[in-house]
Amino acid sequence: MKKHPLWKYLRQNALPHFFCPGCGAAQVLNFFLKAADEMQLDFNNFVGIGGVGCTARIPVYMNVESLHGVHGRTIPWATGIKLHKPELKVVIFAGDGDASAIGGGHLIHGCRRNLDVVMIVVNNLTFGMTGGQMAPTTPKNMKSATTPYGNAEEPFDICKLAETAGATYVARWTTAKPKNTKNAIKEALAHKGFSLVEIITQCPTNFGRRALSTGSAARNLEWIKENSVSSKKAETMDPQELESKFVLGTFVKKEKPVFRGSSVC
Amino acid sequence: MSKIDKKLMSGTHFMLGNHAIVEGALAAGCDFFAGYPITPANEISQHMSQRMPRTGGVFFQGEDELCSVYALSGAALSGAKAMTATASAGFNYMLEGIGYAVASEIPMVIVNVMRCRGENYATQSDVMQLRWGASGDHEHIVLAPSSVQELFDFTVRAFNLAEKYRTPVIVMSETTISLMREKLVIPEADKLEIVNRKKPDVPPEAFVPFQAPEDQAPPLPSFGDGYRILHSLNPHDEKGGIAWDPDVFEKLYHRITNKISANYDDIIRVDDFFLDDADIALVTYGSETRPARQAAALAREKGIKAGVLKLETIWPVPEKHLEDLSKKVNKILAVEMNIGKYAGEIERVCGTSCEVSRVLKNRGEIHTTMEIMSAIEEAVK
Repeated sequence: MKKHPLWKYLRQNALPHFFCPGCGAAQVLNFFLKAADEMQLDFNNFVGIGGVGCTARIPVYMNVESLHGVHGRTIPWATGIKLHKPELKVVIFAGDGDASAIGGGHLIHGCRRNLDVVMIVVNNLTFGMTGGQMAPTTPKNMKSATTPYGNAEEPFDICKLAETAGATYVARWTTAKPKNTKNAIKEALAHKGFSLVEIITQCPTNFGRRALSTGSAARNLEWIKENSVSSKKAETMDPQELESKFVLGTFVKKEKPVFRGSSVC
Repeated sequence: MSKIDKKLMSGTHFMLGNHAIVEGALAAGCDFFAGYPITPANEISQHMSQRMPRTGGVFFQGEDELCSVYALSGAALSGAKAMTATASAGFNYMLEGIGYAVASEIPMVIVNVMRCRGENYATQSDVMQLRWGASGDHEHIVLAPSSVQELFDFTVRAFNLAEKYRTPVIVMSETTISLMREKLVIPEADKLEIVNRKKPDVPPEAFVPFQAPEDQAPPLPSFGDGYRILHSLNPHDEKGGIAWDPDVFEKLYHRITNKISANYDDIIRVDDFFLDDADIALVTYGSETRPARQAAALAREKGIKAGVLKLETIWPVPEKHLEDLSKKVNKILAVEMNIGKYAGEIERVCGTSCEVSRVLKNRGEIHTTMEIMSAIEEAVK
């Protein structure tokens, strides 16, 4: 049997993976490995970090140095690694909960310091692994396991948050845009400094069924497509129209010295 | 990074306790410090911020204690000897990261300068939290210095134990000794025992990352050495794969706890004071040892055969030493600066062989010699 061309990058003893059928996080694993393969990333000098949640399993399935299993502390781990061994390439795979709920405090400081890491935020708009509870990214009025009458909270715009806090590469794409997503990951991998790529993904099992009344991955992807606009088009739209839309594109790309420690002489 | 200063400041000094901790860490090879401001531990991070960059290491001030303690994990797995310092309230936050370090077997040193809740007065009230605070099963090594010299010596030892057993080791300091200035002798390099973690002696394809005899930690390669290990909090098999299997879980946590409890003779240290012919023994740890020894000496002048057993390792409990003591003396006084916490351990181990009483003080002040003397006189009445 012919093997998938990216098979060689997977950690054999961690398979089979545990993603649900139609899961967007599994697509992100595919996009990332494709990007890494095209860039010929040195897998011996590469650390993949995951916190807790579905997305956090992505580096578990890759045959790399990996850290996994604590919710929200991906950036602190990465900080210790990069400050002690700056030559290592560090990539964080965080869900929206890991990145903007429990780990939100670390996110803004990682951006502020311009820590030289890539952070891929797989935003499925819910806490998928725990059963579809409301996340800081769940759109307003949408139903979830803990907002049965519709979400009463305002959602975070993770890209705006990262931009304001000082990240030097910020982009947002979706699993409905595989090529753009892969290219953004490549740009992030090539960038020096805090690079955040947010990927809006479908979670048919726990977001789709509760918020969109459908467990179909295709229907969930359609919904993401219908609600996405390019950053160019967004410039022509008024704020009210944009409120529930996912604006896609590259928002920040700039050079700044990277973090080397709090006291340097 | 520039290396313009010496790491090892051999010689005789008059030094602040918190600074002695820093010098002990540097002497042991510490090259990564992360911490968040908190009194009375601030002199540690401030001195580190001066010393680290000038000795080729990293100083990092995290946005909180959680960030600091997890940065230690990242640095330690990249090959660093890493330390943080905090005080009681800050230690609460660090428990999460300490639990992770236990599960993933990551060497690190945590200094806790105990303080009264919300205030910087003398206390030993965290002695149980240091042992039991982290979630999940664990054995902790906790060292209890009683002087500025011991803050230096025990910090060096904490690094050595952390490296040997691949586990977080805690130095339990106190406001009393951390903010005290005393004589400190820093030895020459050839008089200092330094332990470095074992690295694999086989290539990556032959290395089984979590395989070790049941009383040892496995070798630990650094990130970038090519071993590509998965370090997870989740139960993992010997290859490092996340595996839920009761047999795998039981075996893993047996080894993680047994590597400490089975090495009693290597880990436990106590110090005897006038115990050879003692009828009554004071059991102390940390700064309370100081007035207790003075009181024992004073009691001897009055014809009472008193002595002191100072516990230098307080976790794991020096059970063999306490048991031996309980068979030798008629009475034990458990002396501590809290509502009576470690006293329970002493009663558990010694209570069947001799009488154990508590000498407690919980008002932000260390016992005076006369207070302990009165307790001795009361006990022998």
